[in-house]
Amino acid sequence: MTSAALNANPAPAILPGSGGLRGALSDLFWRKPKVLLLLMLLPPVLWLGIVYIGSLFALLAQSFFSIDEFSGLINREFTLKTYGDLLQAANLDIILRTVTMAALVTLASAVIAFPIAYYAARYARGRWKALFYLGIMLPLWSSYLVKIYAWKLILAKEGILTWLLAKLHLLWMLDAWLSLPIVGGNSLSVSFTGTFIVFVYVWLPFMILPVQAALERVPGNLVEASSDLGASPGQTFRNVLFPLALPGIVAGSIFTFSLTLGDYIIPQIIGTSRLFIGQAVYSQQGTAGNIPLAAAFTVVPIVIMGFYLWGAKRMGAFDAL
Amino acid sequence: MTSAVSFQKASRHFGSVRAVDAVDLEIAPGEFFAMLGPSGSGKTTCLRLIAGFEQPTSGSISIFGERAEGVPPYRRNVNTVFQDYALFPHLNVLDNVAYGLMVKGVGKPGRHKAAEEALALVRLPGYGARRPGQLSGGQRQRVALARALVNQPKVLLLDEPLGALDLKLRENMQEELKSLQKALGITFVFVTHDQGEALSMADRVAVFNDGKIMQIGTPEDIYQRPKTRFVADFVGSSNVLPPDFVQRYSGQHRWGSLRPESIRVGRAASGEGVSARLVSTNYLGATTKLALDADGLRLHAIVPAGTALPAEGEAVMLTFNREHLHLMDEPA
Repeated sequence: MTSAALNANPAPAILPGSGGLRGALSDLFWRKPKVLLLLMLLPPVLWLGIVYIGSLFALLAQSFFSIDEFSGLINREFTLKTYGDLLQAANLDIILRTVTMAALVTLASAVIAFPIAYYAARYARGRWKALFYLGIMLPLWSSYLVKIYAWKLILAKEGILTWLLAKLHLLWMLDAWLSLPIVGGNSLSVSFTGTFIVFVYVWLPFMILPVQAALERVPGNLVEASSDLGASPGQTFRNVLFPLALPGIVAGSIFTFSLTLGDYIIPQIIGTSRLFIGQAVYSQQGTAGNIPLAAAFTVVPIVIMGFYLWGAKRMGAFDAL
Repeated sequence: MTSAVSFQKASRHFGSVRAVDAVDLEIAPGEFFAMLGPSGSGKTTCLRLIAGFEQPTSGSISIFGERAEGVPPYRRNVNTVFQDYALFPHLNVLDNVAYGLMVKGVGKPGRHKAAEEALALVRLPGYGARRPGQLSGGQRQRVALARALVNQPKVLLLDEPLGALDLKLRENMQEELKSLQKALGITFVFVTHDQGEALSMADRVAVFNDGKIMQIGTPEDIYQRPKTRFVADFVGSSNVLPPDFVQRYSGQHRWGSLRPESIRVGRAASGEGVSARLVSTNYLGATTKLALDADGLRLHAIVPAGTALPAEGEAVMLTFNREHLHLMDEPA
């Protein structure tokens, strides 16, 4: 009875193609998935390969040219003279300053990001999780420049931070800090401390999100297993959570470190008049017209990041990925 | 003698959910104790109360005579084999097994030697250099066992440790676990929803339902003399018989249970018995399971394979030894 009704279905076992170009293409892509992959990847690969990487190499090639100091013209012959110039004390100062700042910003971001990411990955659910993402992403929606100028006002001598500390009778702490060499200055907005604060603020989301993603992948029962085997919470952090979060921290640090290495706007608006690598590139290729030296400067962050990634890989930071 | 684990009116409530509700329990040292029940019956929460991952909302828990409330897991000499093993993916097998000794400050040579011995105990010698990801499910299970045993715990907790293994492996592991427990003399507390596993391995079984213990006893007790309908039904899917039916055969108006293997199935004309209709037959290899309908009462019978059977739909006569009809104390 049922089987008779089923067998009475007049449809054939193999359905006809839907016909037309679309049908033919669907069948072709199903039979040869690589054709579809090729078609999808071609435009972005062309864009990245030719327009982006190509122009980057064109720029890097310029670092092997030199500038004629009298005429200001570029001498298009292979030379390492520009790299010799790069190693002058004043330029090395710029590199050292930038790398130190990038390292400190990365370290501070990691320390601040970890508890936030840990809370979001382990405890936040539903509405609180949505609030977390909103809180992290919202600052990214507003203009970078607006945020930096806002910070300039916050950190200024007449700004809200000084006012607040005065109300709390803690101004002496700020004054003591600002009287320190190197990190101090007339006010936070013209000190390296100010530059540091704003860098950390601006790049923090790029650290929180990968750390949170890494922590979210750590099964909760690993923490329980560690505790079960006799590890105190501190030992569990050192032996289980931190190693498993390390790929996320490394991913985040790649953002914070490289973004700080290359940024030229924050140190120009907030901080001292001493240059960072980004500013050096900007002024060498603009005002000074020394394109080869500007190109040589841009090689520095690329080489540093290369070593950084190599070191991270050797440390096994990508093993748990 | 002091109990290895003792619950006094211990409860764990999550809001309005009573995961564990006023449970009294005594587990003797060196005992292989099984907690059996359907999912959500509170057996795993009981295990987590012993491990220290959960704290009782009321009542008290002692481990070898010492009060355990407020004591964190890392201060309990109790180790757990987790359901999905929870091996550390960033450590190799040897360091996984040596983890407990490492956090206790045992030096590298000492803890690696102990870990090697523990791996040999679970028959995985020489696997130390591998990563957990390179092992099969059964091997991971053994590593998890070695990782717990290397600490020489007073009580070993096993949370459905065989659940993810295939049938053959599971049977092997059951035997191995049992002989390991006999050899080491450690108290094992084992959580499972598989009644066969509980009956075959444990010295005593506690049957859980709705956060309460329905019955505690030896496997034979639980299987032959279930106290409640739930136990009769859950352990070995016994036939639960209503009081009216039971009265006809025992004279008492009480709920009863009858094991499927106690029912004999004969031709309809063969004299006295319960007349029924054969609904379906289900071939299981060594045995055949029959579904029967006796005037609206659904019964199951298990007969040896090869028994001559009437065709499906035919009338049959059921007989059983009245001694096998077990009367239950509680109606629930």
